[in-house]
Amino acid sequence: MEFIVSDLAVARGGICVLEGVSLRLAPGQALVLRGPNGIGKTTLMRTLAGLQPALRGTISAPPESIAYAAHADGLKSTLSVAENLGFWAAVHGMAGVEAAMARMNLTDLADRRAANLSAGQKRRLGLARLLVSGRPFWLLDEPTVSLDTASVALFAEVVRAHLASGGAALMATHIDLGLAEAGLLDLTPFKATGAVQAAQGFDEAFA
Amino acid sequence: MIALLLRDLRIAFRAGGGFGLGLAFFLLVAVLVPLGVGPEGGTLARIAPGILWVGALLACLLSLDRIFALDFEDGSLDLLATAPIPLEGVVAVKALAHWLVTGLPLVIAAPVLGVLLHLPEAGYGWLVVSLLLGTPGLSAIGAFGAALTVGLKRGGLLLSLLVLPLYVPTLIFGAELVKRGAAGMAVQVPLLLLAGITLGAAALLPFASALALRINLR
Repeated sequence: MEFIVSDLAVARGGICVLEGVSLRLAPGQALVLRGPNGIGKTTLMRTLAGLQPALRGTISAPPESIAYAAHADGLKSTLSVAENLGFWAAVHGMAGVEAAMARMNLTDLADRRAANLSAGQKRRLGLARLLVSGRPFWLLDEPTVSLDTASVALFAEVVRAHLASGGAALMATHIDLGLAEAGLLDLTPFKATGAVQAAQGFDEAFA
Repeated sequence: MIALLLRDLRIAFRAGGGFGLGLAFFLLVAVLVPLGVGPEGGTLARIAPGILWVGALLACLLSLDRIFALDFEDGSLDLLATAPIPLEGVVAVKALAHWLVTGLPLVIAAPVLGVLLHLPEAGYGWLVVSLLLGTPGLSAIGAFGAALTVGLKRGGLLLSLLVLPLYVPTLIFGAELVKRGAAGMAVQVPLLLLAGITLGAAALLPFASALALRINLR
């Protein structure tokens, strides 16, 4: 299954920020989104993940096939690493918590409470969630924030394995993951010019 | 969904999870009222059903904003919204978890507090029945209020203002049920109305709450 986005317009706070965004992701492909701060990378990601409606355009993949890794990792500080990951695995009806921890180098931390993890360790745990989601399309919003070089390399390896197994990844990152095969998409040309207007009035909330 | 219920219960029982907060508040209200009103058994017995119900209501209110606010802050709510569980199911499970953590302990503790307030003997059974029927409705209505105010900074006060008026019918029929039960009168009407409110809230409000959450997540 291909991930096809055509002529998408997305809005943040009722103001259109990107329009005419089209992209294709075949299984095994990765695409890196580039663009200055505030161009709308996160807004685009949230729209693709199905968290907010698009102003215009179509997304071919159903939200059920997309795993979204946001800025926030969604960790519960009073639960241990294994419990946090186990919860998301159960929600997605998947097994493989041990394997996911091993691949993100978290096995030694399995019983540590998430509150006592460093920022980079939390990030690794947040990314390990992708492995137990069992979904083919990964949307990664700045996945490498607070990761050290070794962890970035580790994560690049995980992404590469995901691509090799027929998955696809769309990421917004300023740090090069070292994925030579990844395509590059600059969002600057898609900056909204005001041609697409956001819906006005009460109905906007229910659009 | 069971995983979500277990997670919420586990978090509630861990340090800082807020378990027992509502119960302690309920206990304090029931202890403070006799101190303020005076120890005359007659007066206390007359106001006991109302006081117990108001106390239970406020105790429920205390922990409402935790239902979604914590998950919103750490990003779990975004992830739950994109998870395979329907968001309506998430709301229903979270309301259930709130009831198990807050409402159920109130139901169990209420007869003990009834003693403090000189509740007439015939009223104990009906007190438990009324709370058992009414408090799940309080959690369902409260989850709706929490879903409406989830993105707001310090939405707790607004949440109380929104939710308290919605609690009025439950309070009226709940207290009336205990009052009539204690006086040995027929209880069928308030009993059925109370059960009806709870069932209606539990059946309909998860859908409204899920819609409110989706809008707040944008």
